[in-house]
Amino acid sequence: MIPLLEIQGLSKYFDGLKAVSDFHLALPKDELAGLIGPNGAGKTTVFNLITGLYEPGAGTIRFDGQDILRLKAHQITKLGIARTFQNIRLFNELTVLDNVRAAYHGHLEYGLVPAILRTPGFQKKEKELTQKAQELLKIFNLSARQNEVAKGLPYGEQRRLEITRALATNPKLLLLDEPAAGMNPAEVRQLMELISWVRSEFDLTILLIEHQMQVVMGCCERVVVMDFGEIIAQGTPKEIQTDPRVIEAYLGKEI
Amino acid sequence: MIALGYTMVYGIVRLINFAHGDVFMVGAFLAYYAISYFQLSLPVAMIVSMAGCTLLGVTIERVAYRPLRRAPRIAALITAIGVSLFLEYFCSLKFVFGPDYLSFPRPFEVTTWEWAGINFSNIQVIIFAVAIFLLVLLQYIVHHTKMGKAMRAVSFDHDTARLMGINVDSVISFTFGLGSALAAAGGCLYGIAYPQINPFMGIMPGLKAFVAAVLGGIGIIPGALVGALIMGIAEVLTSAFISSTLRDGVAFGILILVLMVKPSGILGRKSGEKV
Amino acid sequence: MKNTPWFIYLLILLFPYAAIYGLIQGGIINPYWEHIIQYAIIVFISSLGLNIIYGYAGQFSLGHAAFFGIGAYTSAVIMKALETENYIIFVLVLFLGAAVAGLVAFLIGLPILRLRSDYLGIATLGFGIIVKVALDNFDRLIPMMGGSRGMSGIPKLTNFTVTYVFGALAILFLRNFVFSSHGRACVSIREDEIASQAMGVNTIRYKTVAFVMGCFYAGLAGGLYAHLYVFLHPSNFDFLKSFDPLLIVVLGGLGSISGTLLAALGWTFFLEGLRVILPSQILDWRMVIYPVLLIAVMLLRPQGLFGGREFGFLKPKEKDAAAR
Repeated sequence: MIPLLEIQGLSKYFDGLKAVSDFHLALPKDELAGLIGPNGAGKTTVFNLITGLYEPGAGTIRFDGQDILRLKAHQITKLGIARTFQNIRLFNELTVLDNVRAAYHGHLEYGLVPAILRTPGFQKKEKELTQKAQELLKIFNLSARQNEVAKGLPYGEQRRLEITRALATNPKLLLLDEPAAGMNPAEVRQLMELISWVRSEFDLTILLIEHQMQVVMGCCERVVVMDFGEIIAQGTPKEIQTDPRVIEAYLGKEI
Repeated sequence: MIALGYTMVYGIVRLINFAHGDVFMVGAFLAYYAISYFQLSLPVAMIVSMAGCTLLGVTIERVAYRPLRRAPRIAALITAIGVSLFLEYFCSLKFVFGPDYLSFPRPFEVTTWEWAGINFSNIQVIIFAVAIFLLVLLQYIVHHTKMGKAMRAVSFDHDTARLMGINVDSVISFTFGLGSALAAAGGCLYGIAYPQINPFMGIMPGLKAFVAAVLGGIGIIPGALVGALIMGIAEVLTSAFISSTLRDGVAFGILILVLMVKPSGILGRKSGEKV
Repeated sequence: MKNTPWFIYLLILLFPYAAIYGLIQGGIINPYWEHIIQYAIIVFISSLGLNIIYGYAGQFSLGHAAFFGIGAYTSAVIMKALETENYIIFVLVLFLGAAVAGLVAFLIGLPILRLRSDYLGIATLGFGIIVKVALDNFDRLIPMMGGSRGMSGIPKLTNFTVTYVFGALAILFLRNFVFSSHGRACVSIREDEIASQAMGVNTIRYKTVAFVMGCFYAGLAGGLYAHLYVFLHPSNFDFLKSFDPLLIVVLGGLGSISGTLLAALGWTFFLEGLRVILPSQILDWRMVIYPVLLIAVMLLRPQGLFGGREFGFLKPKEKDAAAR
């Protein structure tokens, strides 16, 4: 069984500063894995390398058997990798509906000329697109706000919208970057349920970065721990909880 | 020298002060009036002009740029363009400086010497000397005074600087004032070298100074000098060997090349966006 | 809610045309003002082009006047060379001029569009100056262009009907583009280029599309301009002239067709009105008021008149079936 995502020897340097070094991961399909580590450990950098937002460093990244290291970000998204961002990056001035519709662009089925001439073909596809977007919004309980401007949404719903938007790209792999940031315990519980539900409903493989341990321990089947750009431990939540290297990374060496 | 002012302001406020070239223009005019009407000697006139422009620069910053400090960069740029246009057209109104060319007085005789087959004039020597003097002075201020330290801190991060007890507003005002004084000095020197001055004279030098600042690395002070030298040489060579009418085009061709190849400039540092 | 029925569109289009045309024929609008009205529409088309580039795609371009000039000179040279007054050929030549502007935009866009917004502004400004210098010297290659002496003898073929039709088409074209997935791709780039890429938008392609489209509009407007004023001089197209469409777009509201329309018309008539009202001594104040206005807008209402909104009849109505 080839893993859905296979990373080997991934390294990235910024002007001589090591950000990520020899990162490796074999993520099987349908797994829910977590990537944790102290701030600055290189987690988001790994995400950015996978999704093509950074110039590739060294190493290989294979998705569904295909080498994606040198592909551009939008091409990688079209292959089926979607993500959310640590600091929410919504299309602020656009409506909730348009935020989601914009994400359907990668699966576009009409060209420039039909759009401008408003051919029946265009109108039909546009209607389908809108309907799909609206259905997605309904699932995530955002329908009531569909015509509101995104920046006006409360924080929790903005995070939800970001996840909704990511799902509109029809991904096989979903990368969530600190989805629980800024949430209170009740919201975190809701998020955990949402993530599990999304995984089964949309047949997804999920890799998430989180600092809130209850999310990681509660949801993830496997956890990878990073520090200073390197992997220091990998295993089930229970295993890494008691791993001395992990404890040292978070709490410092015992005196 | 205009480039120096540009680079300083950009380094601190990340603003391309379009109006900088026009401060240069005002500086030239102030010196003109100082010499013609008040019979002041050249060095004094220069100081008067620099003082006047400092005031002008600080005022512009207060009125037009400060309210927009949190706004997107483009808003500030557009406003800078507005200030620039305003200065140009306001000064061409008849009761201000008037739209025509005025002859800048030359309070001393021009003498030329020859050395190693090249002709020098005392004008060029004076310009060079003043420029070096101001550059050294500027370096001193930035690296060896408290205010200079504050300027460098603010150029890294406004909010952190504020937390450290630095009055960011005064620092920015000071920077603008300093930059404007430099521009004024440039204006006076320009007036001596090219005796015709008019309200629109600041546009081209202003833009070229910007190119020079970018070329050398925007926000890096010695870079402005490097950039300006390269631009000057390139322009003269183009005039001499290709055609003088293409001169302006060369300046901007260089700009586009630099922006494509190394946007941070020759001596500059990269600054990336955090994802 | 249904889409606005097409005959309402037609009415909205035809009514102002018929009204103004009637007034012109009846002599109520004199030739001077007829000229101004056409000029206003030309300014509108050009500004709309900048709105595509800056308002919709978020790319700050300060070289717009250069493309206006490229379109103007290209179409003028061809029409003068062909020595014909045939309107069909005229329209084709206008498109040709615009296409050349678009092509140049494509070529310069390849390297430039990678730049960040304020650097892009300066690069386009620089390009604009290069074009002006080129226009000054082009008479060495094509003597007809006159270089810095200017080009004259262009046939006066632009009239109210032609201008109006192009204006209407410009609106229609853009409106259909904007309210489609391609338009959404552009605004997503404006809002957050990184997120846009992550959502599958080929940002390089769409920035280029927007830039080429916008410069095409400028080139078209330039062609109309050339055949209205029948005299061209490179100083008409220097970088200062790029600030006019910028002011209009900012004033009217980025990403709003209606805003650009109102601002373009308002700006033209305002400047003309000042010319009429102000006695000749303080005529120069016109150009002082203009930048003050720009600064005031940026300080007080940076989103412009219309923000991102449109007149209702321009927007397609959504069928909100699944929402209930």
